[in-house]
Amino acid sequence: MQLEIRERAVGDVVILEMFGKITIGEGSVQLRDAVSKLLDSGRNKIVLNLGGVGYVDSSGIGELVSRYTTTKNAGGRLKLLNLPKKIKDLLMITKLLTVFEIYEDEQAALDSFQ
Amino acid sequence: MMLAENVVELTIASQLEYIDLVTTLTDNITSMIGFDEESAYWINMAVRESVANAVEHGNKYDQQKSVDIRYTIGVDALRVTVRDYGEGFDPATLPDPLDPNNLLNPAGRGILYMRTFMDSVEYDRHPEGGMIVSMSKRRAPKQPSHDVSEGEHKRDAVGN
Repeated sequence: MQLEIRERAVGDVVILEMFGKITIGEGSVQLRDAVSKLLDSGRNKIVLNLGGVGYVDSSGIGELVSRYTTTKNAGGRLKLLNLPKKIKDLLMITKLLTVFEIYEDEQAALDSFQ
Repeated sequence: MMLAENVVELTIASQLEYIDLVTTLTDNITSMIGFDEESAYWINMAVRESVANAVEHGNKYDQQKSVDIRYTIGVDALRVTVRDYGEGFDPATLPDPLDPNNLLNPAGRGILYMRTFMDSVEYDRHPEGGMIVSMSKRRAPKQPSHDVSEGEHKRDAVGN
């Protein structure tokens, strides 16, 4: 499995802790399915903890953008936590750093939903 | 003096599963010829993006069509070509991923990343069909073989 996703709820916020790769194919599909499952069950306050993700390609970046948009369209928010430097670089190159809400501290990410 | 270039070639089927094979080979080559870890990471990504595009957009996952990857290890640079057997396209017609209207598009960033991480990226239609992407990355000048710290270790070893 390319990507391991552990789900944890804190109040009405769901944190998805991700480990592995978000790349074309399996990893991107796993991310899509995990977020879709949450939205389908009405949970739309989502934090993606990317601290354990070692590799993301353009497909993975595209999937993050898609999940951000889908969550927003469902009336919720999707925020990013613990971005590794290389993922931050990829977001910066494509001018996406200002699109996402990005946190380095879990509590700050949780508080931002209040 | 004749400067030799070494060539490594790999042909894969149009399946995403084979991309990891390509990235492993890319890592081995960049490590072997002395690229630093950071450069090697981004070269790997550029090659990966190119191969993924060839599988997905070029050959459209057609199992009858292959993707040919060729690494030319030159004295001054690593050159990589990736060829598909699809219908081809004009990269100039692709939407600009940095246009504010396109920022939230789910796709279309791969070529921008390739151009960012490599020194040159060129797209050509192959005369016999398909596209060929040619990328290059300059190699850092060779360090002198004389290593001061190594010499000190040797002296220490002798002294001990």
